[in-house]
Amino acid sequence: MLAFALRRLVQAIGVMLVVSLISFVLFRFVGDPVNQLVGVDTSPEERAALREALGLNDPVLVQFARFIGKAVQFDFGISYQFKQSVAGLIGQRLPATLELSFVSALFALLVGVPMGVYTGLYRDTWLARAFLAVSLIGVSLPTFLIGILLIFVVSVNLGWLPSFGRGETVRVFGSWTTGLVTASGLQSLILPSITLGLFQMTLIMRLVRGEMLEVLRTDYIKFARARGLSRRAINFGHALKNTLVPVITITGLQIGSIIAFAIITETVFQWPGMGLLFLQAVQSVDIPIMAAYLLLIAFLFVLINFLVDLLYVAVDPRIRIGEATR
Amino acid sequence: MTPTLSVRNLRVEIPTRRGVLTAIDDLSFDIAPGEVLGVVGESGAGKSITGTAIIGLLEPPARIAGGEIRLAGERIDDLSADAMRRVRGRRIGMIFQDPLTSLNPLYRIGEQLAETILTHERLSQRAATDKARRLLEEVGIPAAGDRLSSYPHQFSGGMRQRVVIALALAADPELVVADEPTTALDVSVQAQIITLLKRLCAERGASVMLITHDMGVIAETADRVCVLYAGRLAEIGPVRDVVKRPQHPYTHGLMAAIPTLHGDPDETLRQIPGAMPRLDAIPPGCPFNPRCDFAYGRCGSERPEPLDAGKSRAACFLHDADAAEAPPADTVRAARAVGLEVPQKVAEAAR
Repeated sequence: MLAFALRRLVQAIGVMLVVSLISFVLFRFVGDPVNQLVGVDTSPEERAALREALGLNDPVLVQFARFIGKAVQFDFGISYQFKQSVAGLIGQRLPATLELSFVSALFALLVGVPMGVYTGLYRDTWLARAFLAVSLIGVSLPTFLIGILLIFVVSVNLGWLPSFGRGETVRVFGSWTTGLVTASGLQSLILPSITLGLFQMTLIMRLVRGEMLEVLRTDYIKFARARGLSRRAINFGHALKNTLVPVITITGLQIGSIIAFAIITETVFQWPGMGLLFLQAVQSVDIPIMAAYLLLIAFLFVLINFLVDLLYVAVDPRIRIGEATR
Repeated sequence: MTPTLSVRNLRVEIPTRRGVLTAIDDLSFDIAPGEVLGVVGESGAGKSITGTAIIGLLEPPARIAGGEIRLAGERIDDLSADAMRRVRGRRIGMIFQDPLTSLNPLYRIGEQLAETILTHERLSQRAATDKARRLLEEVGIPAAGDRLSSYPHQFSGGMRQRVVIALALAADPELVVADEPTTALDVSVQAQIITLLKRLCAERGASVMLITHDMGVIAETADRVCVLYAGRLAEIGPVRDVVKRPQHPYTHGLMAAIPTLHGDPDETLRQIPGAMPRLDAIPPGCPFNPRCDFAYGRCGSERPEPLDAGKSRAACFLHDADAAEAPPADTVRAARAVGLEVPQKVAEAAR
């Protein structure tokens, strides 16, 4: 078990190194950093001095090592655009994105799994068919369209929920602000979460349904019936648990994508998260923010995958033993 | 004495887009208390469907369309889903073919046993675990106490089938339906499993319906044997008689096709020409008539009922002493030559 975790950790570090390389190359070679920093009337001597001061004349390897050294300490330099430390900027925006992603993942799971189980168990009822039809919409409609539709119907026409922003936030500790404890914060969360989570929800629902249909045909389910176990024990104990491994995989991967692709939802709802920051950075070629964002998203992906691997082991004993005896 | 299981005129249909298929047609048989009834037939003859119909687990759209099934005199084919669930496991245990896939891979053996015991008996968790351990000991799993916390994949195929037997017998059922319990196993383990199953059922006084296509297993284990052909009963009788003196031309062909050790090694293996008909193309009359050496006029149009034939009952007109239309004399001679006990009356009437 420990060896398994360690091996995964080494792999994770490898992935992070490769991503930092890409991020570094982006930082160093897309455009000239000095040009981004100074005005048009700066003399060539001053430029050369700045270049030397920034260490841009050092060998590439030394620069890369320095980049990694600083990245490990969360130092990604100064944003060209805001003239503030990138770490600070991201630190302010991170809570908004994480809260939004967490709530939409929760929504996707809590709604998607039961719907999947239901459509798997009672696949010929009209409700199951209705779920499937709705899921088709969720899979095929693009996120921004869903967001705009929701704003149009719920915010503009019905006036029930706010159409943009995070509502009132409360500082919890450090720079972490949360909208989860105020009424307006929670209200503001609803539409963006649904928008961001709808695709994942339908994906999970279809996945659970497919897995349920498969598992219900297996011999051990037939044997469980022959043993006279109750429907509940069979459906939720024996069948559902066997569908979990693929569901955990997909959910894990999807949480990564939710965080990474919150960009669109954040734009539609003017959600003050990292995605919006990233988009502003792209528009003004703010390389330090882009590089840091890339690293952060890669880190989250790697972290989530690592946790998913550990979860497998908790759910499926065969994986555990397979590792121990190999 | 009331038979443990009594099947009367059972009919199982499978509605499909192209019409209704009759998988089991007019099947009747009894299993006495403590008796082992072997059910044999080719693949697709309806052996497994009969077993699943009895335990009420037919996969829709297959359904029981007629007849009745009685367990110890009490009708069970029309029970509600919930009442039938209480019969399963508690009064009828079932063992499936493949022990590798019969156990849920994510639960410990002990959990699966205790779960089954607690479903049928009011016991404390602790008492259930105790009983689970005793059951594992009974089915011959060494260090049973330790193995309770093992997962199915940590057992070999034979050991898993022992666990499956323990699960099927957990609530002391009156009847055990064993659907090809040894087919998926190593030959060396098959005999052990069959012996174990027979011993445990004998100790408990449980009747067994043993579905298999292995005549060796039937000959060693069963008291009586029932031969199915295309979802119809071909022959039923004491195992010695059916094996040594088969009375239905199909059973005779089946037995003749088994190679023996003392036979001439150069002799070609005998086989029954043709194949069993598909369910959507069962010929009129006797379903076996196109492949039968002894078929004559009425075989192609009338459906034979099981008739007394020696100590067995066989669904073949050669045993029909009261028939208006007698078979040709050649046919009677040929049938008698291979051991079919054609009644004297039929032989005399033969032209």
